[in-house]
Amino acid sequence: MPTPLSTQASAPNLPPRVGLGLKPEHFRQIVETWPDLGFFEIHAENYLVDGGPFHHYLSRIRERYPLSIHGVGLSIGGASPLDRGHLDQLAALLDRYAPQSFSEHLAWASHGEVFLNDLLPVPYTAQTLQRVCDHVDQVQAHLKRRMLLENPATYVEFSASTLTETDFMAEVLRRTGCGLLLDVNNVHVSCTNHHRDPYAYIDALPPALVGEIHLAGFAQEQDAAGDLLLIDSHGSPIAQAVWRLYHHTLERVGPVATLIERDQDIPPFDVLFAESQQAQRLLDAARQEVCVQRACT
Amino acid sequence: MNTQQAFFEALLDPRQSAPSGLCAWNGSDPAVRFAVYRNNVLVSLVDALADTYPVAQELVGEPFFRAMARLFVRQEPPRSRVLAFYGESFPTFIENFAPAASVPYLADVARLELLRVRAYHAADGAALPADALAQALAQPDTLAELVLGLHPSVGLLRSRYAVVSLWAAHQGVGALSDVDPALPENALLVRPGLEVELLRLDAGASALVAALQQGTPLGPAAAQASQADADFDLASSVALLIRTHALSSITHPDGSQACIHPPQ
Repeated sequence: MPTPLSTQASAPNLPPRVGLGLKPEHFRQIVETWPDLGFFEIHAENYLVDGGPFHHYLSRIRERYPLSIHGVGLSIGGASPLDRGHLDQLAALLDRYAPQSFSEHLAWASHGEVFLNDLLPVPYTAQTLQRVCDHVDQVQAHLKRRMLLENPATYVEFSASTLTETDFMAEVLRRTGCGLLLDVNNVHVSCTNHHRDPYAYIDALPPALVGEIHLAGFAQEQDAAGDLLLIDSHGSPIAQAVWRLYHHTLERVGPVATLIERDQDIPPFDVLFAESQQAQRLLDAARQEVCVQRACT
Repeated sequence: MNTQQAFFEALLDPRQSAPSGLCAWNGSDPAVRFAVYRNNVLVSLVDALADTYPVAQELVGEPFFRAMARLFVRQEPPRSRVLAFYGESFPTFIENFAPAASVPYLADVARLELLRVRAYHAADGAALPADALAQALAQPDTLAELVLGLHPSVGLLRSRYAVVSLWAAHQGVGALSDVDPALPENALLVRPGLEVELLRLDAGASALVAALQQGTPLGPAAAQASQADADFDLASSVALLIRTHALSSITHPDGSQACIHPPQ
């Protein structure tokens, strides 16, 4: 008989707390210490395997924590049709683990038969808008749930684009009814790379539709003109500029479930946990702010 | 040609220039920015191969391994979104890769590593009930017709090289200098719980496992094993498979199957 989920694990939504990406390197420590975290997030594609330790540990962890399943392979921005076999596998994974949230990216990752394992950029035109909306509709219908769509980190722009990224995102949200996974690091990276104001970017998106926030670290390079080019590497601690932008985001959208992502050079669990506490303090302050406002009105 | 097609083709082919239609706010050459995507794709897929084949990487060193892996990625990019199993044909690629010819056992070590990953993620199999074999032995006249089912994680590699010893030496078990790579070894992999176990099989036992993998009944499977190895001992080989939890079912000639309980 399956173990019943704990109260927090069976909540309908992700709590407005900090979560961490679940890494195999940390499986044992998590089940030995049950750290005080709001939720865990997994990459869906890593768990599309038949059995073994990944499912063993995830099942145990799911009994105690809310879960976010984050896909990296649907290729929602792709010119190719969505892969129905992959959608079926995702549906089975979501059935099995009943996550509080499912999210994917405004990007493409495969072309024809080939999977590229990267989040590739989409021009923002009426045609691509229609395609992305059709794909989001298809995903939500197939998975029978609302999804969150994540804003991308990009390194190039397309001369064919006729819409800004925020207008494009907002229109997808409006037409499909999906929610927004607001990656604050991606906002900082893209706005630096394309010389835009990240605060204006955040303010241009509908705050009520933000279902989750991502924070991460980036790497620095230069473009051909010697200007700063930031790379969304998920391989280092969160930068000060991103913390400031996160603070601004919380002021605008209120306390929202926040994930700290680390996919490269993964440090010991305690290091990530300490970073999560920094975000938790900002979230707690945002919650208090909400309480004060409610008390006043 | 649509934008994505051009973008896609240029990603994997370093001889191609960046696709047209890209721009940057400062008017700089977008090729430098496009190169970030090219690098991300290549590095992430080479990393995926390095995750699956760490001992192969140690055997030839990281620079050689990554150069070889880059060529493979460009030739055979993934067709599945599940990267855990990306590079199933990498061992064959290695076998035909002339610059690696001086390490003839490299391809088989890679095959062993791939089997380890497969065993790690395989379905959680059932354990053979303790009395199932005793019951089967109680009916000696049908023994030869029994089909012994293997655990879903079982893998077998029959190699011309000392793959098990080479792999073990890279885990700190035994000294690499003591290993004669030219001695043939057979590897059995099984994951009864959370850990993949690897052991060396003699020629007879490995022929038996190979026959069982084909669904061959015990009688003919044992005959094949005896043919492969005059010293083949059925009792000790089956005992080994039971001890390592490599067996998960016994099907009788009448089609009835010993009860199987999934592990908790």
